Amino acid sequence: MTQTSNDKSALLLASTVISGIVAYLMVLQKNNIESYFVTPVVMYFCLNLYFAGSWKVSRVAQIAVFVLVLAIGIPMIGFTNSLYLQVAVTICIFAAMSLGLNVVVGFAGLLDLGYAAFFAVGAYLWAIFAGSQANEFIAGNLFPLNGNLVFVFIPLALFVAAGFGALLGLPVLKVKGDYLAIITLGLGEVIRVLANNLNKPINITNGSQGVRIAPNPENSPLAFITVPLSEATGIPFFQMQLTMYYVLILVVVAAVAVFVTRLDNSRIGRAWVAIREDEVAAQAMGIPLVRTKLIAFATGASFAGAMGVLYAAVIGFISPNDFNFERSTQILAMVVLGGLGSIQGVIVGAAIVISLNQLVLVEISRVLQLVKLPPRFDPTQYQQLIYGVILIAMMIVRPKGLVPAKRNPAKLENLEHGELAKGVK
Amino acid sequence: MSAELFWGLLPPTIVDGLSIGLMYAVIALGYTMVYGVLEFINFAHSEIFMVGAVVGVELITAILIPTGLHALIQVIIAIVVAAAVAGALAVGIERVAYRPLRVRNAPKLVPLISAIGMSLLLIDVMRLILNPANPNRPFPSGGTFEFFSQQLDFGFVQINYKTLTVFVVVMVMLAGLIYLVNYTNLGRAIRAVAQDQSTSSLMGINVSNIIVLTFFIGGALGGVAGVLYALKYGVASPVMGFIPGLKAFTAAVLGGIGSIPGAVVGGLLLGLLETVAGTYLPLMTNEQIGTEYKDIVAFGLLIVILIFKPAGLLGKAVAEKV
Repeated sequence: MTQTSNDKSALLLASTVISGIVAYLMVLQKNNIESYFVTPVVMYFCLNLYFAGSWKVSRVAQIAVFVLVLAIGIPMIGFTNSLYLQVAVTICIFAAMSLGLNVVVGFAGLLDLGYAAFFAVGAYLWAIFAGSQANEFIAGNLFPLNGNLVFVFIPLALFVAAGFGALLGLPVLKVKGDYLAIITLGLGEVIRVLANNLNKPINITNGSQGVRIAPNPENSPLAFITVPLSEATGIPFFQMQLTMYYVLILVVVAAVAVFVTRLDNSRIGRAWVAIREDEVAAQAMGIPLVRTKLIAFATGASFAGAMGVLYAAVIGFISPNDFNFERSTQILAMVVLGGLGSIQGVIVGAAIVISLNQLVLVEISRVLQLVKLPPRFDPTQYQQLIYGVILIAMMIVRPKGLVPAKRNPAKLENLEHGELAKGVK
Repeated sequence: MSAELFWGLLPPTIVDGLSIGLMYAVIALGYTMVYGVLEFINFAHSEIFMVGAVVGVELITAILIPTGLHALIQVIIAIVVAAAVAGALAVGIERVAYRPLRVRNAPKLVPLISAIGMSLLLIDVMRLILNPANPNRPFPSGGTFEFFSQQLDFGFVQINYKTLTVFVVVMVMLAGLIYLVNYTNLGRAIRAVAQDQSTSSLMGINVSNIIVLTFFIGGALGGVAGVLYALKYGVASPVMGFIPGLKAFTAAVLGGIGSIPGAVVGGLLLGLLETVAGTYLPLMTNEQIGTEYKDIVAFGLLIVILIFKPAGLLGKAVAEKV
């Protein structure tokens, strides 16, 4: 990248380093009045990632900021205050999931309101077998399973959730798109009812009480690395484990983002966009409607399934209430906020929604407690209100989202030389 | 399970199913009328229903009980007020969240997402108003409201005045709606706009006004259904709209969305089916499959209908205009 007069690389690096040091120092000493400023500073530190994407900076500076924030800053802050690491892990899980929903809603234009159902499939798959719940219906006291099997269960959940998606999508996708929203909504409700009631005749899901995974090294993934590490460094096992999850999930998100980008630029990706823009025209161009939609639906579902496994592993406890309509709309709000069809946008959307939920609202309500506000006005209770406002406001003011999707238009000269055709095959 | 028990339970189950079905039908009319005119699923309709219920119950508790009127009169006043409030709310929502998008001619997904947002917003605003620590508002009982618990004995089945009120109010509303849509100029205008907006505009119909009117009628029907629902189940709360709204939409699709008789048929069928399932499934499986599974029956039915008769029972298959 060429150096230009308005290159902001130096500014960005300075901002990252200074805010990183200040944030770390502030996290180190807690429980005083400045504690109200810790979260804003930490969030500003992470905001540098967004600047790296949107400002005009050199490639080297971009990479440096990513390394500084993701590989050094967040783990170091996380060792001192695990809340921030927990939030970062949650953001990554939801970023990967909203990338999946983005395939369904953003690329293919199919409104899926029961996305949490597939999330539930993956989460229950892992929680039941990694906890002792599976002993209830499989004889032999084989469970809990070894935590390292999570790497088997992630692909397994991928296929199981994709299978569910295909099975349910097949009847639904044949009809007009409007119905899809309602049917997926009904489907989400069905999964919730099943999770709530499949504790008899055979106790599979443990009903409304949920399933718990005991937090000990035997059923934690990669314990053979984390246990020696935590003994060597003196950092508690739980903290080490969380860091391990963070690294793991960061890799997963990167992989998912690359995969989705490739998908977007592939033949099927263009077919999805064609269907989204005009079904009739797409069909006239020879795109098989049902099959193409089904692939989108199953792809989205499979991401949710895989992330469900990781979610269950990280949180260690799941119950039917984790997978209600609110969860589905939360993920939809991330996608809509960031920008339908935009990969960077969706990640930004996930980061905003989760940090709003878990940091900003909590901090605001902490500040409001200083002025003795009655508890009924506590903003942490009104998350749906925020999702609602996000959805309406974005649709009216900025339907393309905060970071709109860019598609490279096919250039005429390339078409004439058959270059695009080569890519299309 | 003995044959005697089986047949003994049937008449009350059918009465219960019909009364639930009629309420679904009234809510479904709100979805179907808006869909007929705009080809748009008004997601916030379930929350309009909820607002109607809360307004009705609050009105009775706070203002009407001290007047000492007869319970039936109180409920009728509450129904009228709730209908007006819910209708006005529906018009307001259309103005704020849908019209800006329609004017811009946005893709179909856009107003749908906006509608979902409106639905979430209304739930939480209502929670804020009612105080989230205790958002449930019980329907008044005791005193003059004992009237609704009295039983009418027909020999083979007993019906209480609650259920009877639901039947009568819904019948009156359906008759009124059918008269309005089929035998008045206004109704003709609504049907014309549903058929073709630009042509009806050329015929001198103010399309914009007709759309507002449709939202008002649909919303008012939802408000009435809300009060009846609160009367039947004894409580109104901010989250009460979700499941009945979903069921009512299922009913509208079942009957053929856009069709008014279809909504009624779909509602009755769905109400009957899910009540029968809710009563007999636990009995026949020794309580192994609980009443909760009736929701699954309802959505299973929706999927089956969409596979075999996507246009619904009374709907006409329409080719897509290009």
